[in-house]
Amino acid sequence: MKYINHESVASNTRTRLVKNTVLKGLFLAATLFGLIVLGILLYRVITQGSGYLSLDFFTSFASRIPEQAGIKSAILGSIYLMLVVAPVSMFLGIGTALYLEEYAKKNKWTEFIRINISNLAGVPSVVFGLLGLTIFVRYFGLGISILAAGLTMSLLILPVIIVASQEAVRAVPKEMREASYAMGATKWQTILRVVLPASIPGILTGSILALSRAIGETAPLVVIGIPTILMFTPDSVFSTFTALPMQIFDWTKRPQVEFHEVAAAGIIVLMTLLIIMNSIAVFIRNKYQKRY
Amino acid sequence: MITVKPEVQVPEKKLTQKNNKPSVYKTNQLNLWYGNNHALKNIDLDVKENEVTAIIGPSGCGKSTYIKTLNRMTETIPSVKTSGEIMYRGRNIFSKDYQVEELRTKVGMVFQKPNPFPKSIYDNIAYGPRIHGIKNKKILDQIVEKSLRGAAIWDEVKDRLNENAYGLSGGQQQRICIARCLAIEPDVILMDEPTSALDPISTLKVEELVQELKKEYSIIIVTHNMQQAARISDKTAFFLNGEVIEYDATDKIFSNPADKRTEDYISGRFG
Repeated sequence: MKYINHESVASNTRTRLVKNTVLKGLFLAATLFGLIVLGILLYRVITQGSGYLSLDFFTSFASRIPEQAGIKSAILGSIYLMLVVAPVSMFLGIGTALYLEEYAKKNKWTEFIRINISNLAGVPSVVFGLLGLTIFVRYFGLGISILAAGLTMSLLILPVIIVASQEAVRAVPKEMREASYAMGATKWQTILRVVLPASIPGILTGSILALSRAIGETAPLVVIGIPTILMFTPDSVFSTFTALPMQIFDWTKRPQVEFHEVAAAGIIVLMTLLIIMNSIAVFIRNKYQKRY
Repeated sequence: MITVKPEVQVPEKKLTQKNNKPSVYKTNQLNLWYGNNHALKNIDLDVKENEVTAIIGPSGCGKSTYIKTLNRMTETIPSVKTSGEIMYRGRNIFSKDYQVEELRTKVGMVFQKPNPFPKSIYDNIAYGPRIHGIKNKKILDQIVEKSLRGAAIWDEVKDRLNENAYGLSGGQQQRICIARCLAIEPDVILMDEPTSALDPISTLKVEELVQELKKEYSIIIVTHNMQQAARISDKTAFFLNGEVIEYDATDKIFSNPADKRTEDYISGRFG
């Protein structure tokens, strides 16, 4: 008794092949949809905005006149914001990941914390904005400052950095740690000399991607209430500031069509920044990733 | 059932000499549990200086667990509980004031799978001395050369000390790991099935090396290869289901075992 009927297999083949082709087309369409929309967006932004891109655009403050409007305060504000966010979020994120993976006992409490860190990564950024407004701006009295916004942004991207760092640390084989411990190394020596060198590419990649999210994030800044038009550059972490996405957001709200084009120019700058940061992440990942 | 005579070559050794060598490790009534699994039961074992002590037994008999208890590597597993004592040079390694880092500097370990760091050969060997605070380049150079010579791999790697240790063959990697272990100038070397991942020629080299090393070090080696135990060890302990069934001079164990279970195991009837 044979279970495979070869005649019916032959007659079935055609319908199976048709199904295969149809699905292939469907998945191709799904891919193209995203690509085409993205292409149109890029095309519109570049054709609208490129006319406003000039050196003056980077060195002028915001203005009532579209031709004179620039992003000086916004781009400096974004850079200063990153100078707060990068060290704070990376120290807290990598520290947490190392503690959870290397030091903490594996029990139901640490497991609970682990799961909730992943959940935090999905909390809407507006919620983090409210948190920042309540705690940093008002309770700690930091005001609408770079520090307050930077700490808020750090909290926002912290879960992403922690999860990425945990995965990078976990990918270091157990045998490497054993070899180190067996020679009398302490935990910290093992982390510094064995775990971190092997996991730093993964940690940096995750951190840079998280930072590029922070640089484009608008909602928390809106909630904190940072101004959109600022005619000076910040001089310390306690001064108020504006940031690129805020400036773009403000220009797109205005009725004049010219300001929409200025906004497009701002978007080009922001996107270039993001592409550079992501390229650095990809470069680090490809160049330094160790294989076991 | 066919009875197979043990076809194990027993090297000629001075038979049952009066052993007055000092003890390195004295294990008294050691018990170990993984959660509820009683993995080691009332182990008593006395390991002498400058000898090769082999631990044999079927898979899951507790031989790897035992050797990992000797440098407290089992502590990294959260569910492990122990009772009893292990005296190393007269000091209980489980006592509260015995720093595990101090113990592991005196007791080196070579693992089943070669596990060099993804660093240069030089940095692999210098790892131990560096973590113990040696920074002087000249001293490190000397340690690296001495350790590599000690592990009989100096001539093979002396011209490429700065190459990644991952570029070496499995057998070479394992001898690098032995050299790395020698670099901390240990008193005892624990070897957990060091040749199970190696080809026969590399295995032979490691075995020859063990014979050399025992002049200066005390060696405890876990192996599931009985011929290996017979070839290289002075004493053999036979573990079964977490108990020491028999512990005696290797030639005695392989020629005239006292216990029926030992005889069954070494004659290949199980395990």
